[in-house]
Amino acid sequence: MPAAILLIAFTHYPTVATVIDSLFSKATAIRPSRFVGVLNYQRMLDDPIFWKVLANNAWFALGTIPTSIALAILMALFVNRSIPGRSLVRMAYFTPTVLPMIAVANIWLFFYTPDIGLIDQIASWFGFSGHNWLGDPTTVLPAIMVMTIWKEAGFFMIFYLAAMQNIPPELEEASQLEGATRWYYFRRVMFPLLMPTTLFVLVNAVLNSFKLVDHLFVLTKGGPDNASNLLLYYIFETAFSYFETHFAAALTVVLLILLSVMALLQFFVLDKRVHYR
Amino acid sequence: MKRSRSISEEFQSSLETGAAWLLAVLWISPLVYAFWAAFHPGEYAVNFNLLAPLTLDNFREALSRAPFPRYALNTFILVSTILVAQLVLCTLAAYAFARYQFRGHKIAFALVLVQLMITPEILIVENYSTLARFSLVDTILGIGLPYMASAFGIFLLRQAFKSTPKELEEAARLEGCGTMGVLWRVYVPLARPTYLAYALVSISHHWNNFLWPLIVTNSVETRPLTVGLGIFGAPESGVNWSVISAATLLSVAPLLIAFLLFQRQFVQSFMYAGIK
Repeated sequence: MPAAILLIAFTHYPTVATVIDSLFSKATAIRPSRFVGVLNYQRMLDDPIFWKVLANNAWFALGTIPTSIALAILMALFVNRSIPGRSLVRMAYFTPTVLPMIAVANIWLFFYTPDIGLIDQIASWFGFSGHNWLGDPTTVLPAIMVMTIWKEAGFFMIFYLAAMQNIPPELEEASQLEGATRWYYFRRVMFPLLMPTTLFVLVNAVLNSFKLVDHLFVLTKGGPDNASNLLLYYIFETAFSYFETHFAAALTVVLLILLSVMALLQFFVLDKRVHYR
Repeated sequence: MKRSRSISEEFQSSLETGAAWLLAVLWISPLVYAFWAAFHPGEYAVNFNLLAPLTLDNFREALSRAPFPRYALNTFILVSTILVAQLVLCTLAAYAFARYQFRGHKIAFALVLVQLMITPEILIVENYSTLARFSLVDTILGIGLPYMASAFGIFLLRQAFKSTPKELEEAARLEGCGTMGVLWRVYVPLARPTYLAYALVSISHHWNNFLWPLIVTNSVETRPLTVGLGIFGAPESGVNWSVISAATLLSVAPLLIAFLLFQRQFVQSFMYAGIK
């Protein structure tokens, strides 16, 4: 089967090859690549940038995922009831999803530009002075998070919308008859029913937070001083800017392990907990 | 008592509508802003004056600085090659997984699903050297190859094929259809919504993909729109904002127009593909 060959060639073989490669040293003109055992990993553990990048990834995930999920639920609640111009509102929420990340980054880059950028212009009306949002290590990661939330919330919204439309309306009527407030209904009835969706979205969001680094190419290139560098971008830099493929392979192994842990977690832990009742 | 409650309810619901609209305006404003910048001369980029003169110069400038039509053609070839290959490969694989109980089919399917987690862009380093070995670097085929056997497509189609009643297949066989005939005449037509959903998701994904094409391509003849735009918008290229906005709009226009026209199908496809 041709599908099998392609899958093996581009998923399984490289996975295995990555692990093997990570155990070898970099080949140079005078010295061919040789087996070095865990040396690449040793170097990785001693590499401050590696830890920095890992921490960034964790902060990035923590900063974007809960907020975009909360916003997605809110958006879905908004467009799930009949408000005037519902399809327009839904379109506005969803549009960022169909745009390429690279185009989105181009637009947002201008917002964040110091002094002449849109945010600083607006801030200057209120008497704030310009700020180099992407050049300051303390604000660069939050700036990127805001953009990512903007891009992803609408995407997650549609999953919640689909799930909400599957909830029988009798449940809401019943809880109203019982005198429950809408907040109570949401918290005790709707949210638990949305649990499988939340799990699905959560897994996707975590995966995305590791996979999506396109915006870094336009916005920051991982800078300043690696303050916005993420793991996959670091792998890219190591392999294609510094040509350290074996070290990059070691980094890839870490990424693979992280993803596998997440997969296992999904199957064995969370799957059990979402079965409410 | 009852009356006051309904008034407060009404108030609450209009408050919610207002909030929904506010969020919608906030959400769409970056894109609206890009339109503003692209259609006005550079000095109006941050100066919102309704009387500002409209212009197409930014688009002309963007087109003269980079071969966007060529990039668009590349993207188009790329996306359609991937889609056709995906549909053929995934149909065959999904059929095998849905209807044949060959030895080790469970393990084989689990191995397919691995790709859902470990997507080709994570293995950029190894995949690049694989391509180099087959001298496919800097070819459109090279960009598409890792994505053609899509685990997601196999998974979706397998679900669809499994829900097809077996009786239909048996009836078709009695009528003298071979395996391929059954697949083509029975399974594929019945799975049409799945195909549509998958196609839309695949098109928008590959239209927007950036990292892997960036690594593989290094010439105008192969570069897709996203990579072209990425190079174009790099700060060191010293292009002004209005021109970048114009270039950005040029690259997203085909997809954006398609989305606006087929909004309902897009949203439903993404939903459908997500729920499985």
